[in-house]
Amino acid sequence: MSTAFPLPTNISPTTVANTASLLRIVAFGLISGAAIASRLFAVINFESIIHEFDPWFNYRATRVLAAKGFYEFWNWFDPTAWYPLGRVVGGTVYPGLMATSGVIYNFLHYFNLPVDIRNICVLLAPGFSALTAWATYMFTAEMKDPSAGLLAAAFIGIVPGYISRSVAGSYDNEAIAIFLLMITFYLWIKALKLGSALFGALAAIFYFYMVAAWGGYAFITNMIPVHALVLLIMGRFSGRLYVAYCSWYAIGTLSSMQVPFVGFQPVRTSEHMGALGVFGLLQIVAFASLVRSHVSSKQFQNLLAISVVTMGVLGAGAFVVMTYKGWIAPWTGRFYSLWDTGYAKKYIPIIASVSEHQPTAWPSFFMDLQLLIFLFPAGVVMCFRELRDEHVFVIIYAVVASYFAGVMVRLMLTLTPVVCVSAAVALSTLLDTYVEAREPDVPEERTEASGNSVADGKKTKKAGAATAGSQAGSSAAAAASSTISDFVSATKSNANSRQKGIWGADARLVIILNAIGMLVFFVFHCTWVTSNAYSSPSVVLASTNPDGSQHIIDDYREAYYWLRQNTPQDAVVMSWWDYGYQIAGMADRVTLVDNNTWNNTHIATVGKAMSSPEEVAYPILRKHDVDYVLVIFGGLLGYSGDDINKFLWMVRIAQGVWPDEIQEPNYFTPQGEYRVDDRASETMRNSLMYKMSYYRFSELYGGGNAVDRVRNQQIPKVGPTLDYLEEAFTTENWIVRIYKVRKEDSLGRDLKTANAFAQGKKRKRGKPVSRRRAIV
Amino acid sequence: MAPKLSTTQSSSGSNKTIQTTSQSPFPSAFSALFNAYTQNTTSRLKFIDAFLVFLMASGILQFVYCILVTNFPFNAFLAGFASTVGQFVLTASLRQQVNPENKLEFKEVSHERAFADFVFGSIILHFFVYNFLG
Repeated sequence: MSTAFPLPTNISPTTVANTASLLRIVAFGLISGAAIASRLFAVINFESIIHEFDPWFNYRATRVLAAKGFYEFWNWFDPTAWYPLGRVVGGTVYPGLMATSGVIYNFLHYFNLPVDIRNICVLLAPGFSALTAWATYMFTAEMKDPSAGLLAAAFIGIVPGYISRSVAGSYDNEAIAIFLLMITFYLWIKALKLGSALFGALAAIFYFYMVAAWGGYAFITNMIPVHALVLLIMGRFSGRLYVAYCSWYAIGTLSSMQVPFVGFQPVRTSEHMGALGVFGLLQIVAFASLVRSHVSSKQFQNLLAISVVTMGVLGAGAFVVMTYKGWIAPWTGRFYSLWDTGYAKKYIPIIASVSEHQPTAWPSFFMDLQLLIFLFPAGVVMCFRELRDEHVFVIIYAVVASYFAGVMVRLMLTLTPVVCVSAAVALSTLLDTYVEAREPDVPEERTEASGNSVADGKKTKKAGAATAGSQAGSSAAAAASSTISDFVSATKSNANSRQKGIWGADARLVIILNAIGMLVFFVFHCTWVTSNAYSSPSVVLASTNPDGSQHIIDDYREAYYWLRQNTPQDAVVMSWWDYGYQIAGMADRVTLVDNNTWNNTHIATVGKAMSSPEEVAYPILRKHDVDYVLVIFGGLLGYSGDDINKFLWMVRIAQGVWPDEIQEPNYFTPQGEYRVDDRASETMRNSLMYKMSYYRFSELYGGGNAVDRVRNQQIPKVGPTLDYLEEAFTTENWIVRIYKVRKEDSLGRDLKTANAFAQGKKRKRGKPVSRRRAIV
Repeated sequence: MAPKLSTTQSSSGSNKTIQTTSQSPFPSAFSALFNAYTQNTTSRLKFIDAFLVFLMASGILQFVYCILVTNFPFNAFLAGFASTVGQFVLTASLRQQVNPENKLEFKEVSHERAFADFVFGSIILHFFVYNFLG
């Protein structure tokens, strides 16, 4: 046995094994450290703050849980949300995330470690990313071996596709859900491999945790049955499959119904029926195989086959009838929007309006996964080559998740783990092949030749192989003297005697260095994307000064703090639903609508108020007791995520409920353009949103041209006037503008004439002092 | 533990003879099945099967009650029904694991381990059942 490079021979196998496991532990510790550390960019660049929108609600709920205990949280009715309806929080929330933080909080406080609940919430996602790396390690180790597992753990630790949802401060359900997803899949694979009900039950427990934590649990609910079904169809039914699936399903389904938000859905809705169907099918198949083991007559076999098919058809028929009769709820709109990407836009604009529900753009695959996206198909092919039961799982997962990731941006998150696993399998196979020191066995004379060529050290492996081949080749080959024919005959003889392999250390080195180089680039890419793209809290914005230093734009908190300090506790603030959670969390004021978009009509009401003229909007505002209206305006700063850019969605959602009063085409110019300058349509200019956004905007520029820097359009010199609202507060960079709704006139006039009268009396009405200053 | 589970195999030939000699196919098929079952199954498995039959009867009874009378405390019905179904499949799993015919398939699950799994699964299941009864 020749080796490409010298191997030490005096080491005992135990030493090797111990060193390997020690190295694994050290490597895993480093991976965890890297996973946590790379998520801390957000804290270092900004501060320890909760990010974005939904996390603000989770944070608020967690504070309630930590302060008042679990029972209070469970029965929490929040009268300040969805005013005047209120919201039953305990029954409309996935409590897993809050419960996790609450347990950690109480645990630390039990040991007299007074850690602030906010810091626990901020750092929960990075902490769980280390656990995700561990779960991915275990999962991949089942697929191939621990070394592939380590690669997968390293990939999932730093891949931007997962970091995007789990940076410090991104306190959302996904923070713990991906860990639960991977651990459930790992336990399922383990249960299937061993045929152990213990692992099936453990999978069910983690499935329960997943159900309590994230609405995406339906992915597991369907992945595992699909895997079981495919194995059945492939003729791979076994007792192990029966044990694993049934123990998982029986316990998992019952436990998932304990979560109040899920309730009876697992026995009532179509999304969960696939799992039930496979469960029933497995019972039938198991019974049939049991009977077959006792009787082996041909006739009976036929009878059995027919009865199994009949029962399957009957079951499917019963399912259809029950759906038809309304005992089982049909598929929901969210589900349809997964198959028909245009569906949501047509029927449920509120789902389509969320940016993360848009189809994924191609570059984001590279941005989020970089080199893994190239290795991913190779890894799937590797799975096909072995095709054990667990490889079938990875293949199905890869296909399903790739499709979903293409449909919706946010489902990129479910694709990322399988990409990491497959890429790790592919890369580790490559490294295994090229690190392996043994060279292929060759008949004696060739060994000498190739050994010589290796000893020379100058020739490549092909040259070595070619020499060997040509020497071994019969005298007939002597006629062909060119190197090409030499080479051909060499490859031929190699192919015939299966002399595939790598000769020499240099050939190995080329490939290994190349692979390491790719990995280094991957790390650089991940770090860059994480620090630049995914670490912004979006509550606090950052820009760069001309000298390169960072400039923090803190308008949101300025406005919310103003609300908190200057308005009564029970003041009702109306805004578009995006900002509902933030207002509730940071300003602690009553909101009309928020990010829990459960009531479309209520949101449409707000949309209607925003898109109607003042006179129409005013009664709506008064009926809902609105005291303040809050709009986001980016025109001064060039902040593109503002309300004017979201305005068309408000119009569309309002149009869905009041098609007679709000019509989308009215908001465009006759040429079909969406404009805000002097060519803007009449309806547009009269709408409350337009008026509130551009009120006194041109005054800011003195006599100069007022330019909206998001839309690059000139705003008319004579700006809109407001009769029913008055400006209450505008932040430093004009990002948040707050208006106070006037009460009815005390003399019974309508506000327009009252205003005109007041203006006729004295030319200038006292306007509220605002602390704004113009910055360019 | 082991010696009791050895009286298996070597009876498929007798089944065939029963099959061919009879006149009408259906009763003979079932009697063949019954005979094969009584001959080939160890008493331990029969004991498990008896429990399975009981669970099935209990489940059917609850289901019939739900359809004919009321499903009113739906969570209580679900808990009871899931208890029988869950116990059924866990017991069936135990049967699969200790069935000597499946010895090759469950290499890593000894009989003691199978029973421990069964107990663990049942405890978890009934914890949720109890919580769901309401």
